[in-house]
Amino acid sequence: MSKQNLTDYKDTLFRVITFGAAMVVLVVIVGIFVSLVEQSLPAIRKFGFFHFITTPTWDPVHEVFGAASSLYGTIVTTVLAMAIAIPVSIGIAIFMTELCPNFLKGAMGTAIELLAAIPSIIYGMWGLFTLAPIMGNTVEPFLQHTIGKIPYLGSLFSGTPLGIDILTASTVLSIMIIPFMASIARDTFMLTPQVLRESAYGIGATRWEVIRNVVLPYSKGGVFGGMVIAMGRALGETMAVAFVLGNKHQIAHSLLDASATITVTLANEFTEADSNMYMASLFYLALILFVMSFLTLAAAKFILKERSAP
Amino acid sequence: MAEKEEPMNLKNIFLSLLFIATSLTLTAGDTINGAGATFPYPVYSAWAFNYYRATGVKLNYQSIGSGGGVRQIKNRTVDFGASDAPVKPAELKAGNFLQFPAIIGGVVPVVNVKGLKAGQLKLTGEALADIFLGEIKKWNDPRIEAINRGLTLPDSEITVVHRSDGSGTTAIFSTYLSVCSGDWSRKVGKGKSVNWPVGIGGKGNEGVANYVKRVNNSIGYVEFAYAKQSKMTYVKLKNKSGRFVEPSFEAFKDAAAGAKWNPDTGYYLWLVDAPGDGSWPIAGASFILLGKEKPGVNRRVVKFFEWAFKNGDATAEKLIYVPLPKLLKSSIQDYWKKNGID
Repeated sequence: MSKQNLTDYKDTLFRVITFGAAMVVLVVIVGIFVSLVEQSLPAIRKFGFFHFITTPTWDPVHEVFGAASSLYGTIVTTVLAMAIAIPVSIGIAIFMTELCPNFLKGAMGTAIELLAAIPSIIYGMWGLFTLAPIMGNTVEPFLQHTIGKIPYLGSLFSGTPLGIDILTASTVLSIMIIPFMASIARDTFMLTPQVLRESAYGIGATRWEVIRNVVLPYSKGGVFGGMVIAMGRALGETMAVAFVLGNKHQIAHSLLDASATITVTLANEFTEADSNMYMASLFYLALILFVMSFLTLAAAKFILKERSAP
Repeated sequence: MAEKEEPMNLKNIFLSLLFIATSLTLTAGDTINGAGATFPYPVYSAWAFNYYRATGVKLNYQSIGSGGGVRQIKNRTVDFGASDAPVKPAELKAGNFLQFPAIIGGVVPVVNVKGLKAGQLKLTGEALADIFLGEIKKWNDPRIEAINRGLTLPDSEITVVHRSDGSGTTAIFSTYLSVCSGDWSRKVGKGKSVNWPVGIGGKGNEGVANYVKRVNNSIGYVEFAYAKQSKMTYVKLKNKSGRFVEPSFEAFKDAAAGAKWNPDTGYYLWLVDAPGDGSWPIAGASFILLGKEKPGVNRRVVKFFEWAFKNGDATAEKLIYVPLPKLLKSSIQDYWKKNGID
């Protein structure tokens, strides 16, 4: 066999292997989608789509299932977690790129990466045993006595503060997503060309003006991308939230009420779901979350593309 | 040339994989595989450990939840399934199952009210149902005070704590409330997870215990073992004979002994509100499911449980599970024989 033949053969083999590896991803995604649809068919047939997502009742005994309450919980906890995490992580990123003394940079970078490496079950246990008592005994009564006194806004903090609620869950979630947002934001900030910064300083801009008018506009796209990745994580986060949200199927008006997210419902009820309709409804919830996460990512990609287009 | 060698290599790999797979199944020959309920997992694995030391036969039990246990034995992917809730006779017939109880556990209401010690507060099934329905809102409600003459109860709101995850504990507890209260049975019903009218949810026994300990004026329910180990303030309950009893090994044994176990229905029974002077009213057995058409496999599974019934009581009690009463054990052994396993 000639050398040339052998190289060709290796090339082909390599191409086939890499192509196969890439196809695995597609096959797995399509496979998951198909099996989710198949398993949830009984529930789709019985409850329909609009009826399912607008019914807040979740009653396994009488087999009345609706996704409204868990959808509501999923969206509220995610939005609130983002609201806490975005300013904090942009603050971290600005500090690390513009203000941080050099000797601290390495240590802080490692600390943030470590935060991202903690398994979510540990956040859950910590949330239940440490954060929830602090929230229930100190933070939430304080909020009730301050913001709670303001008309309208105050109703967000009504009820008995127990620490097992939307607020605690969102706090845990925000701590979990901060490392992602912060490190992506930091990396994109650092991509701002030094020339741009220096010329801004050169024409007499203050540090704040440089950050506000040069660094932030330059790295908008990257920061936005980081937010979307973090949001994807918040939408799908399970164990950390399962411990501190209470899995209560209700549309709660107060942030101090227990609620349920799609993932929390699945984690709590999947193992003991005994009837077929119950099982199918849980799969239906999973399908909705799957589509939701997919749409979020797709929308983000689309927006990023629009922005980077000339 | 190389292209011709390729299938040979693949074949070799395939053959060696096949060889590994068969040798794995061969060694799996003296392993019993079971899956299901989480509640009896500690006692089954302790028995399995002792059984392995005594006989060399391994038992591999995966606590994937009762629902999963029933599904797995339905598909016959395991040698036995385990469920915290008894499978109904009709379903037993449909699935061609044998069913028998293996261990008993109980559920205990626990409270956190300032000044109240364990066993001081007395409750009836109806009062308990009204509390969990949200109809009794305060501790000094006349319906509670009527049962507890001489006990001063605070004028504070009751916080109800329940399980947030589906569980056999909830199934037993909600079945008891359904038996005691028509309102509960109509509005909520019984099941592994129910649509709770009031209260907050804790994940697992530890979640419920944690909230009850932390939140003043709360009430919840946990497994007997959990209440005992974490020394929680349990309540006394009125049983069918009208006596107020404390949760104890004896009270659970009385409940199990007084119940009418029927082998013809696969021992289908909820051990709630059981007759007997000393019976604790909220208990339940954890069940084993076998595929009827597999006498060979079943013989091995049954051998394990026969051994456990004979030698495992002390282990079970150490882990705070209630062993089956003697009469029930011998009835189960007859049931095995009748179905061709001995």
